[in-house]
Amino acid sequence: MARKSYRPGRTLVVFFLVVAVSYGLVALGGTWKPELGLDLKGGTRIMMTATGNPTSANLNEAAGIIDQRVNGSGVAEAEVTTQGGRNIIVEIPGPTSNSLVGLATRTAQLRFRTVACTSQTPGPCATGAAPTLPNDGPSLAPTDGATGNSKNRPGFLAKPSAKPSQQPSQTASASESSSPTESPSESSSESPGAGSDDPAQMALDFMTDPGRAAIEAFNAYTCPTTKPVDDNPDKFLVTCGTEAEGDAGVKYLLSPAAVEGTDLNSADAVVPSQSVSWIVQLSLGGEGKGVFADLSRAMSGTGQQFAVVLDGVVISSPVFTGVIPNGDAQITGNFTKSSAQSLATSLKYGALPIAFDKEATSVEQIGASLAGDQLSAGILAGIIGLALVMLYCLLYYRGLGLVVIASLVVAGVVTYSTVLLLSRTAGFTLTLPGIAGLIVAVGITADSFIVYFERIRDEMRDGKSMRVAVQAGWKRARGTCVAADTVSLLAAIVLYIFATGVVKGFAFTLGISTVIDLAIFFWFTHPMVSVLGKYKFFNRGHKLSGLDAEALGVDRINIAGGRA
Amino acid sequence: MGKFSRLGNDLYSGDKSIDFVGRKWLWYAISVVIIVGSLLGLAVKGLDMGIEFVGGAEYKVKVASADQALADQLRTDVAATGIDAAQQPVVTTSGKDAVLIQVKPLTTAENEQIKNTIADTTGTDPTQINATEIGPSWGKEIAKRSGTGLVVFLILVVIFIWAYFREWKMSVGAIVALAHDVVITVGVYALSGFEVTPATVTGLLTILGFSLYDTVVVFDKVRENTKNLRESRTTYAKAANLAVNQTLVRSINTSVVALIPVGVILYVSAVQLGASTLKDLALALFVGMAAGAYSSIFIATPLVVQLKAGETDVVQAEKRDKARQKKVEADRYAAVPAFAEDMPIHDEPGVADVPEGDGPVARPASPGRAPQTPEAAGRGRIAPQGHGPVRPSSAAGRQQPTRQPRSKRGKK
Repeated sequence: MARKSYRPGRTLVVFFLVVAVSYGLVALGGTWKPELGLDLKGGTRIMMTATGNPTSANLNEAAGIIDQRVNGSGVAEAEVTTQGGRNIIVEIPGPTSNSLVGLATRTAQLRFRTVACTSQTPGPCATGAAPTLPNDGPSLAPTDGATGNSKNRPGFLAKPSAKPSQQPSQTASASESSSPTESPSESSSESPGAGSDDPAQMALDFMTDPGRAAIEAFNAYTCPTTKPVDDNPDKFLVTCGTEAEGDAGVKYLLSPAAVEGTDLNSADAVVPSQSVSWIVQLSLGGEGKGVFADLSRAMSGTGQQFAVVLDGVVISSPVFTGVIPNGDAQITGNFTKSSAQSLATSLKYGALPIAFDKEATSVEQIGASLAGDQLSAGILAGIIGLALVMLYCLLYYRGLGLVVIASLVVAGVVTYSTVLLLSRTAGFTLTLPGIAGLIVAVGITADSFIVYFERIRDEMRDGKSMRVAVQAGWKRARGTCVAADTVSLLAAIVLYIFATGVVKGFAFTLGISTVIDLAIFFWFTHPMVSVLGKYKFFNRGHKLSGLDAEALGVDRINIAGGRA
Repeated sequence: MGKFSRLGNDLYSGDKSIDFVGRKWLWYAISVVIIVGSLLGLAVKGLDMGIEFVGGAEYKVKVASADQALADQLRTDVAATGIDAAQQPVVTTSGKDAVLIQVKPLTTAENEQIKNTIADTTGTDPTQINATEIGPSWGKEIAKRSGTGLVVFLILVVIFIWAYFREWKMSVGAIVALAHDVVITVGVYALSGFEVTPATVTGLLTILGFSLYDTVVVFDKVRENTKNLRESRTTYAKAANLAVNQTLVRSINTSVVALIPVGVILYVSAVQLGASTLKDLALALFVGMAAGAYSSIFIATPLVVQLKAGETDVVQAEKRDKARQKKVEADRYAAVPAFAEDMPIHDEPGVADVPEGDGPVARPASPGRAPQTPEAAGRGRIAPQGHGPVRPSSAAGRQQPTRQPRSKRGKK
């Protein structure tokens, strides 16, 4: 039953105000046409060629990672394909967007290395003095739920751990002199510590004694540099920090890769409870877990740095503040939300198993993959279908059919503004399946009204007057519709989370139309019917109202205060 | 319209009723036949997977000026070669002076034929056409992720339906109906020989949502009708059948409204466009939605009734109903209601005025209908009534006070 205070008129006014506001926002955005997807409008095609001869498994894995990268943010519906044995093709809807192209082509090979010396703390490269602890560098701390270490304050967490148990006894032979920009074919496996099979031990050895060649290369290097860095996992690396971190001028001498990025299971930017600052949580698996544990045991508390290297550039150089036995670590430091998230994204999607030849990357515009007549045919079919649906509703429900039509029109209007707003803010693009999905949603949306109207009629068959039946029917129909729409929404959300590409876009469309359906049902259809119930045309059961005795199939209907 | 409306009312009141639940084996048999047909079609013909799933060949051809018209022309010409793998080529312009044509894997001879066709259309030398092999854009990784998503979705749906209806058997019914719809759709797809594209997958996913949506609506009514089995003096099967009948008009209307736009898309795309993404999508949707409406009525509800047949409440209700029937058989006149024949069968005169609101099925005798005098049934005489039934009348313009026994007046 309606509460005394139920004012359908007010709900309608508020609803239309919201719609008006949404169109105001669209007007501010300035575009009145939604962005069309790859199939309808074409877009940018990026072709990347892998260096060397990658295995097809590696190529496919790389394609998968790039797919997640370009589809991971927003709903742009990019397509990633492999071509031949060496190429990966990325197709992105719309005109060339530099950020997306950059995202896709960022070859991004992620490795973890130990830091022998930096230009700030020369360490063995200068006087041989032990490196000093940087004051504000990020630090790596163990995550251990069992001991409640989620507080994540480096100082708090820093467990004093044993100094490296074994000082490197062997002095590694100097590696062949090689500048880091030399081609990989020239590389030899004689880097320091190569005698040791354990990557952790090797990295630790390198840190204390990098060897003369490395020190010379380090001293000869200047930062910032524009030269591409050759990131060879088997060799030491001299490189610079990133501009984003504000240490583009800092020079690093790094050990051969201790942990490969492929061992990284997950990385997330979070604000831990009881903390106000952002951290990056990461979890390592595979071989990396053990190496990481060894490294942390040896390096914890010494202030020795550890470097996260992406594409040969140091994106983070934390110190260990505790032993990390299980591969679950967190990087703390002076992160802002965006810097933490960008680091997490780099970590998460950065672990490509292959590298690309930057020179061979081509970017070109491609046209629509579907014939031009498909869109017009789809829209034509949609319009005819809608007209037929409206005709049917009008014939069957007469006066109430007008409410159905009005509701569908309002739903269309709201959907259009939503699509426009999402095109603008989330990069949403409309593909042909998306458009078809929206048209199909018409049928599903109309179902809410049908359930409702059938309920009203049932209540009237039970002898209630129209005004009472509208409220009683609403109460029953509401539960049904909310339950049924919840299932739809559940489908949309799950698909959105798990799917990529065109399915993600479709799930998005489905979710939007379900939410809009509910909004229209609650804030437009029901108030509208309630308002109409005040008119004699409806509550006296006029022949054309759709609520007369004949339409209900009963002998007479109850009207307020008597019978008709 | 009048007759149909009358039917709607009769279905609602239970005066007319189609025995959906009782004839379940017939419906099951029909479904089994369709499903077996679908599976056979699937096994024999198999699904025709598109370029996105199997990869194929890509031709790059340099032209003087690449525009959409040329791309459309190439698409038509390549499709017209009659090669199976090239029935649905993907043609895009690439930059200002190149066109890309993608088809499914080809034999060498077919490869030459396609090259010649492209050369004819674009007016270039066949040797100038650059062919490379492309991999699928829908690889194992995507399939795996989608599979995970599907499993998560199904688990969530089972939990949701169980939580909403407080009845795991309804979850089972809904999932069986869902599987039924998906199998039929995939089978029809295989039989019709349409190519499976990402649009088809999208269509199938829509069906998941629609099938469950429809089932939830019908189940909601079933639950409402069977809430208080003891009071409503009926069996679970009868109440569920009444629920399906009562929602039948809604089911028909919804199906019509949902199928009209899809049907138009299917027609327009199949007639106007030939092979197209739109057609793939529309066929999947049309079959799936029709199957979804069918299964929620003919499969899901009877299945739930069958699953619940062993429950104590249901068995007891069944027993009570049988006893009532026996009584009727023994003394037919004792059971003849004294007042209105078309009163809902499950209402007792004494409980006619159940408080209104969210109550169970026991609905008050409809004042909307004029009580009819009982007709002669079988042998024997009909005792004349002392007086006609008292009806509420608006003659006085206000509600007349009624006298009630002290016990019912309530405390003051």
